[in-house]
Amino acid sequence: MLRGSIPSFQHFGWNFLISTQWDPTQGKEQYGALPFIAGTLFTSILALLIALPMAFSTSLFVAEYFRNTRMASVVSTMVDLLAGIPSIIYGLWGFYILRPFIVLIGLSPQGYGIFTSSLILAIMIIPYATSLSSTTIQMVPNELKEAAYSLGATRLEVIRNVIIPNAYSGITASYILAFGRALGETMAVTMLIGNANILPTGLFSTGNTMASVIANQFGEASGLQLSALIEIGLLLFLITTIVNAIGKFIIKKVV
Amino acid sequence: MDQTSNNIKINAAETLPDHSIQRKAKDRLFLLLVIVLSVITISIVVFIIGTLVFKGFRQINWAFFTQVAPDTFQAMMAKANGEIIPGGIANGITGSLYLVFLSSIFAIPFGLLIGVFLYESGDTKYANVIRDITDVLQGVPSIVIGIIVYLWIVVHVTHSYSVLAGGVSLAIMMLPLIIRSTEESLKMIPDTLKEAAIALGTPYYKVILKVLIPTSLSGLVTGILLAISRVLGETAPLMLTILGNPGINWNITKPVSAVPLLVWQFYNDPNMVDLIWSSTLFLMGFVLILNLTSKWVAARRNA
Repeated sequence: MLRGSIPSFQHFGWNFLISTQWDPTQGKEQYGALPFIAGTLFTSILALLIALPMAFSTSLFVAEYFRNTRMASVVSTMVDLLAGIPSIIYGLWGFYILRPFIVLIGLSPQGYGIFTSSLILAIMIIPYATSLSSTTIQMVPNELKEAAYSLGATRLEVIRNVIIPNAYSGITASYILAFGRALGETMAVTMLIGNANILPTGLFSTGNTMASVIANQFGEASGLQLSALIEIGLLLFLITTIVNAIGKFIIKKVV
Repeated sequence: MDQTSNNIKINAAETLPDHSIQRKAKDRLFLLLVIVLSVITISIVVFIIGTLVFKGFRQINWAFFTQVAPDTFQAMMAKANGEIIPGGIANGITGSLYLVFLSSIFAIPFGLLIGVFLYESGDTKYANVIRDITDVLQGVPSIVIGIIVYLWIVVHVTHSYSVLAGGVSLAIMMLPLIIRSTEESLKMIPDTLKEAAIALGTPYYKVILKVLIPTSLSGLVTGILLAISRVLGETAPLMLTILGNPGINWNITKPVSAVPLLVWQFYNDPNMVDLIWSSTLFLMGFVLILNLTSKWVAARRNA
């Protein structure tokens, strides 16, 4: 992979990272990865923000409020199913159900764009964020919680002052790992983001992520463009590996 | 006893400003919020599966499984005449099975061996390096794996898009999952069992083959099934490695198609919309059945 990206690296150097031009026209080819890096980070962070409350309440539901009940096991099985659905199905669902809905409520004329992709990404990463954080929430010692209850704390106060501080690093790690997932997600985003090689300007603007630009252009690319795409792949690999390493590091510190 | 505690409560309530109603209300409100958000999460699952079933069952018939995908023109004609689109996804199904078979051959033996090795080496430096590499591999986005395999296999080995390349890319995705699940399920075997076998003078390779693997078999099977169900729906690396093929193909160096890839092609072709839903339903059903089977195997072990 390093070897494949050498031509592009030699041609553009560090400019590759900050240039916003992406022009495959023969003769005046110019490639810069900034729009895609920005698009990737933008969609993933937004997805994480949307997924956070959902995943957190689901893990509380499973690991605290309805712990060890039949309800909890049904809910956690359903959430696991969410993880089992292939990403192309999310893409289709987003395209045929979510996109018309977004058009309907008038958020954006076409329904494509950053916001739609982030919504789908959020749904996709909920199970990853949920499963690990419910494990850590379950690991909070009962004695601590009982001590708080015996002082007259309500459930919310126990959650806020006992469970969250104790499970904090585990919960953080699970969100970081989910973020890593979102960064590399390809198909669903490709189908929904609108594929415009520009810097995203707002919530509802179209754009492109690193993964989706590879998926869209790899088939027809050759020469310098192919090399540029490979370099994007390399960048994506580096970014996700670093994010995952941070998450794993936090988990190791806990256990 | 009861009397005194009651008295204390009453006294406290009289002397301190009373926040308890507010606190209880907040508590209730939060519980409500948690339940509502969880229900939303669950209903998304139901909604997605419901959409697929509702839209997909129309096209499912015998031909769907036995015929290859139609080309755009056939689909357009059928649509113009108000008929169901002819043909099915036989090329996708055979392609997918071929790919899964191939990647299983690559990934399962290696995965099991490395998993056993990690379990046996415990906390040594070398084993930890391999563990870290496995973790990294698990985090690599599937499209990046597609690029790597494209550079390795498509460019240098088969010189064209091929089943082999697709199988290798899926195998790379399966490998970390299998390694991890193997190690974890071996770890759950009680040490005494192993020690008993060693005490009888059993050679070590026999301990592994006759004690460790049979006892953890259901764990191993769960891991493998989950890994398969995971790669079955993978599309991104296949776009860069197998390209797709309108016919059924068994030649390892030639392109094939796969169900998720067909879905992607149908999606890009406005005439094929009806076929999308049935293929998606098929894919989803297949993946979920594998998923639930693995859960069932795991549950039976724990019971």
